[in-house]
Amino acid sequence: MKVTLKNLTKKFPSRNKKNPAPVVAVNDFSLDIEDGTLIALLGPSGCGKSTTLNLLSGLQKPTGGEIYFGDDDVTNLPPENRGVGLVFQNYALYPHLTVKQNITFPLENRKGKDKLSKAEMSDMATEVAKLVQIEELLDRKPSELSGGQQQRVAIARALVKEPRILLLDEPLSNLDARLRLQTREEIRRIQRSTGITTVFVTHDQEEAMSISDMIVVMKEGVLQQKGRPQEVYDDPCNLFVAKFLGTPPVNVFDGEIKGGKLYIGNEAVMSFDAPDATVDVAIRPEGFTLEGEGCFTCSLDRVEVMGRDISVVAGHAASQNDVIRAIVDSDNLDTLKGDKVVFGLKPNKVYVFNKTTGERI
Amino acid sequence: MKNNLKGWLYLLPAVLFLGVFMVYPLIDVFVYSFEEGYNFASQTYFGVGEYNFSYVLHDPYFLQALKNTFILVVITVPLSTGLALLISVGLSSIKKLRELYQTVYFLPYVTNTLAVGLVFMILFKQTPYSDGLANTVLSWFGVAPIDFIGGPYWAKMLVLCIYTIWVVMPFKVLILTSALASVNETYYDAAKVDGTSKFRIFRKITLPMISPTLFYLIITGFIGAFKAYSDAVALFGTDLNAAEMNTIVGYIYDMLYGNSGGYPSYASAAAIILFVIVLTITCINLLVSRKNVHY
Amino acid sequence: MDYEKIEKAAKAKKRISDIVIYTLLTVWGIIVLFPFYWMILTSVKEYGAYNSEWIPKLYTLAPTLENYKSAFTEVPLGGYFLNTIIFTLATTAIMLVVTVLSAFAFSRLDFKGKDIVFTLFLSLMMIPNELVIITNYVTVTNLDLRNTFTGLILPSVTSVFYIYLLKENFSQIPDELYYAAKVDGTSDFRYLTRVMVPICRPTVVTITILKVIECWNSYVWPRLVTDDQAYFLVSNGIQEIRENGFGRDNIPAMMAAVVVISVPLIILFLIFRRKIMAGVSRGGLKQ
Repeated sequence: MKVTLKNLTKKFPSRNKKNPAPVVAVNDFSLDIEDGTLIALLGPSGCGKSTTLNLLSGLQKPTGGEIYFGDDDVTNLPPENRGVGLVFQNYALYPHLTVKQNITFPLENRKGKDKLSKAEMSDMATEVAKLVQIEELLDRKPSELSGGQQQRVAIARALVKEPRILLLDEPLSNLDARLRLQTREEIRRIQRSTGITTVFVTHDQEEAMSISDMIVVMKEGVLQQKGRPQEVYDDPCNLFVAKFLGTPPVNVFDGEIKGGKLYIGNEAVMSFDAPDATVDVAIRPEGFTLEGEGCFTCSLDRVEVMGRDISVVAGHAASQNDVIRAIVDSDNLDTLKGDKVVFGLKPNKVYVFNKTTGERI
Repeated sequence: MKNNLKGWLYLLPAVLFLGVFMVYPLIDVFVYSFEEGYNFASQTYFGVGEYNFSYVLHDPYFLQALKNTFILVVITVPLSTGLALLISVGLSSIKKLRELYQTVYFLPYVTNTLAVGLVFMILFKQTPYSDGLANTVLSWFGVAPIDFIGGPYWAKMLVLCIYTIWVVMPFKVLILTSALASVNETYYDAAKVDGTSKFRIFRKITLPMISPTLFYLIITGFIGAFKAYSDAVALFGTDLNAAEMNTIVGYIYDMLYGNSGGYPSYASAAAIILFVIVLTITCINLLVSRKNVHY
Repeated sequence: MDYEKIEKAAKAKKRISDIVIYTLLTVWGIIVLFPFYWMILTSVKEYGAYNSEWIPKLYTLAPTLENYKSAFTEVPLGGYFLNTIIFTLATTAIMLVVTVLSAFAFSRLDFKGKDIVFTLFLSLMMIPNELVIITNYVTVTNLDLRNTFTGLILPSVTSVFYIYLLKENFSQIPDELYYAAKVDGTSDFRYLTRVMVPICRPTVVTITILKVIECWNSYVWPRLVTDDQAYFLVSNGIQEIRENGFGRDNIPAMMAAVVVISVPLIILFLIFRRKIMAGVSRGGLKQ
């Protein structure tokens, strides 16, 4: 199912008595989601990604704009008529029902000609349980399951009614680190094998990048950038996106464009074809190199060995971060001596932004 | 050693009061109940046996009180619990005016049972000067006037039940409303997305989730109703035997004090019988609830 | 699927359910409030006017305060009032001291037999008042304490439930605070009054309010141990007024007395509304 959001806006009445202006949670948000893709809504807390999900499920009504499932306008449709499967952050499994009863719960709501027999429901539950690999847990109560198992039950319950789209709200945030890795693969596998259009919300960029077909970065209710994970990482459209994606995070410097050259401090680090201006310069950790002739002099703080790579911790007067982190090949370990290091830069890993608007130049 | 003394010193007042006014009486009530022919004035007795129990169980006044209490329990506990559930569910599904309604509903809890009972009495009483408000309303539907306070048995019982429900509702509504509020909102969201009807959400999610509270209310409701007394006094005066409206607790006090009083042994026997009834019902309730409360 | 139809149907359904809910809630609100309205209304009706209404009127055009005057002059309502205030204040005060001391012993001090005594205390919570009141009546009679405040107050000052409630609250205070106070040379008693009680003020206030409500409305025990009107509390007083005061037919004067008795607690409730409701829902059962 293709999903289209058109100029979607959601405002909440202000709770702050001093400032009665409504809070805009989602602001003029437009997005096309292709059929059968897995898409991540990514952003810091309070960026409006959960509100967007609630607008998709119908639990909240938009203040303005439209939502289409395929060609159907579902903007004002109550949630039960939308045919969405929703997995909650805390899973919302009914504690008094067994796993099987939880899974069949949505099926029992059907009325009239859609009504299913007990046997049909049981078959569907077993089938979906097989898909998420919890067949042997069907008779247990949720309290007897681990976090990861509860997560699978919640997904099974969302899938059993064959929804048009699947929505997941922070699906991994309640799991420990090891389970998180495993579960995100699992979500990817389930999504692939069902081919269902899936939207999930997360604040963890690594999680989003690792399994999504497309990521959508949001900030303060406004869409910042959308695209395939690698594209967005390689080509951030503004400073916020550049900073938000990547671990270790991008290094940001005060810089200046003068006469077709980019300066950081007193050094011209590369040629840059743009009118003169003061700018912010962001350099990915892997954008530094020690091969060839360097052009960017930093004070050397220490070296952290990580095996395949080494992390060079350095400092520079123009740096906006406390330290500069550069990831370089471990072959360079011997050359790092003294209290200075001179880096070369890879031009495709250096991004220049307008100082006031934060837009990419 | 010093610490031991200190601890007991802090506990002393409580231990003293509880010892004299709770532990000693608790033992003593059993002693009383088996002392036959106890004379209050001379504080002597003839012998030891179960005569007191047999006297009480054959006393028509006690049997009347037993019957009244059981009718009261059977009618008011389910009705008040059901009504309280209905009102609490309504209360939890609104936002506007909710605080106001909650405050109003709680008012009877803080009022003097005896005093407000008097208001109920005049609302239902038929006097030579007026049929009273209740009868006036009934007459609109063509019902002949009834004296609810001094008239037929069922009419008096009806008023007693109405007043009892009015008195016990605030507590139940309050407890149920907070139980409903503590059900996590996402369960409802999950059910809504799945297209669950309101009624089914209530039956399949809300009810099981608040079932521990509901059973707690039913158990305390039973205990409270079995101990009914002051509501009856408020409506029918202190001479409840004459009004055929006595309750078990009323019987105990009458045996102890007042025109028919001076028999602590009979009172003790009746109190123990009451205690056994309440204990039995509570145990049955607990057994049933263990089967039905799932988590 | 016709989406517009579904949308409209959902809206209509919501409106109907809103109407039903508000109607139900309002009807129950009227049932709760009506007796209060009726007692105030009747209390301001003139005696003659009231008795001449064959069909009771839902309003009055000639309100009078005469009945309130008779409530205080023809029957000793003022005396009942004063007794109840003395009884309530004394009982609550002693109860607070006893409760705070024993909650402190259970939560903070270590001594031989503590666990056994605490278990014993807890098991006493299940004992119904009716079982012990008989002997207490005999005890108080034998000690010649009938028709005294001592006899009224003493059996009502301990509540195992309140001790339990406060002990639980005291136990939540971190141990570090106690050790810090010890290092500074604070005595146990000073620590109790200067640190523990202030920290647990909400609970202390809650049990105070609950006890005040209980005292103000208590009827059974006062009825047993007092037969001298000079020691009647308001509950007994109202019963006495009903059976012997005013002449049985002076309903307006009786209602004036009922209003006077009810008002203090209602005011207390309106001031401490949230505290009282929170306290009751934490387990304060009506006697």
